[in-house]
Amino acid sequence: MRQIPTKEIIEAVKDSAIQANYELGEDVLQTLRDSLNNEESPVGKEILAQLIENAQIAMNERIPICQDTGIAVIFAELGQDVCVVGGDFRSALEEGIRQGYREGFLRKSMCHPFTRKNTGDNLPIIVHIDVVPGNSLTIWVVPKGGGSENMSRLFMLQPSEGWPGVRDRVVQTVVEAGPNPCPPTIVGVGIGGNFEQSALLAKKSLLRPLGTSNPDHEQNQMEHELLGKINKSGVGPQGLGGRVTSFAVHILMMPCHIASLPLAINIQCHASRHVETVL
Amino acid sequence: MGNIYHLKTPISIEDIKPLRSGDQVTISGHIYTARDAAHRRLIELIDEEKELPIPIDGQVMYYVGPSPAPPGRVIGAAGPTTSYRMDPYTPRLLELGLKVMIGKGKRSKEVKEAIVKYKAVYMAAIGGAGALMARAVKEARVIAYQDLGPEAIRELKVEKLPAVVVNDTAGNDLYHEGQKMYESIENTA
Repeated sequence: MRQIPTKEIIEAVKDSAIQANYELGEDVLQTLRDSLNNEESPVGKEILAQLIENAQIAMNERIPICQDTGIAVIFAELGQDVCVVGGDFRSALEEGIRQGYREGFLRKSMCHPFTRKNTGDNLPIIVHIDVVPGNSLTIWVVPKGGGSENMSRLFMLQPSEGWPGVRDRVVQTVVEAGPNPCPPTIVGVGIGGNFEQSALLAKKSLLRPLGTSNPDHEQNQMEHELLGKINKSGVGPQGLGGRVTSFAVHILMMPCHIASLPLAINIQCHASRHVETVL
Repeated sequence: MGNIYHLKTPISIEDIKPLRSGDQVTISGHIYTARDAAHRRLIELIDEEKELPIPIDGQVMYYVGPSPAPPGRVIGAAGPTTSYRMDPYTPRLLELGLKVMIGKGKRSKEVKEAIVKYKAVYMAAIGGAGALMARAVKEARVIAYQDLGPEAIRELKVEKLPAVVVNDTAGNDLYHEGQKMYESIENTA
């Protein structure tokens, strides 16, 4: 049994939360630079250039890329040969977020659903823990902004609607969202499973670095077809018109019940923040 | 791209009239931040005919909930939030003379009609460019609803805060026009 002290987990989560919010990943930066060549609209090009400049300012001056430093989503793969010592695992994740949001001057965005009273420390977190073989612990800290989350949708389709039904709902969701989720976006698509699993698949698909291909040939083709249609919509950067409405579509698919065809669409803004740490 | 204008607060109807969708504007002077929670409280005060904590007539409202200011800075990241959440409250403020709103994303039919009726403009700033936008903010102080945290109303002193006109007094809508210009024929079929 390998022992991992909660102190190390707290540090890792704290550092990841700050890094994710200050430093746009190289995958996103490279995609932004590539998009400058694909965008025809002068306004769209200007916006993309300003997003690159914004990322540089944030990194150099150590302030967040976006004031919406997000709801703190954490994915964790805990090796079954790991023993967490010095406290419980979930509390360590929470403490890491609490410290990171305080020490990094990140915005606390969590509130009571009706009174809207702020919880003050960006808790609770949204956490998905998988127990996996091995003796390591992998943690992804994925702060998620509210604007793009609000434009996400879930459909329980009829099986007869098939791929055309899925395709049309995805394109319709992105186009109707227009400027609201801060395009260019990354469109996470979860197909199959059940009600909650499809949403989790859509969210998890966003962990895949931008610019990488879906290893599944069928899903890879579906992603290209969807992206092609979305980028013909004319929505463009910030919804002000242009070719680059979305950077990518990411699909995760699994079998579903014989009665169902679940589809979840999780939209991610251009400030796609995810930091992976292996302990 | 449209014309370039520089506005100083407070804003008059004469300042607003020439602005058309697609024009680029920079704003200097004092402006007020408010998100939906603050809007709700302002409308409650108006309903009760009580005094408001900020002036509305001729003012600029920026939809933003900034991140906390680190030591040595006046504000953290300060980009726009999505505007439709303010839609249910906005016509009431336009009626009281609010002249400029800065946010991101589409407005409701009711808001667009009120913009034309009361002669105001809605502008978009770049969503997600919070670090860049913060550079225009020279001073910031909370003046109402401290308990709302990031959603408190702040008075900001800004210098050349950049935005683009989306909805103007003539009823134009840049989101609609911009998308139409780049929409592929195949997709419209």
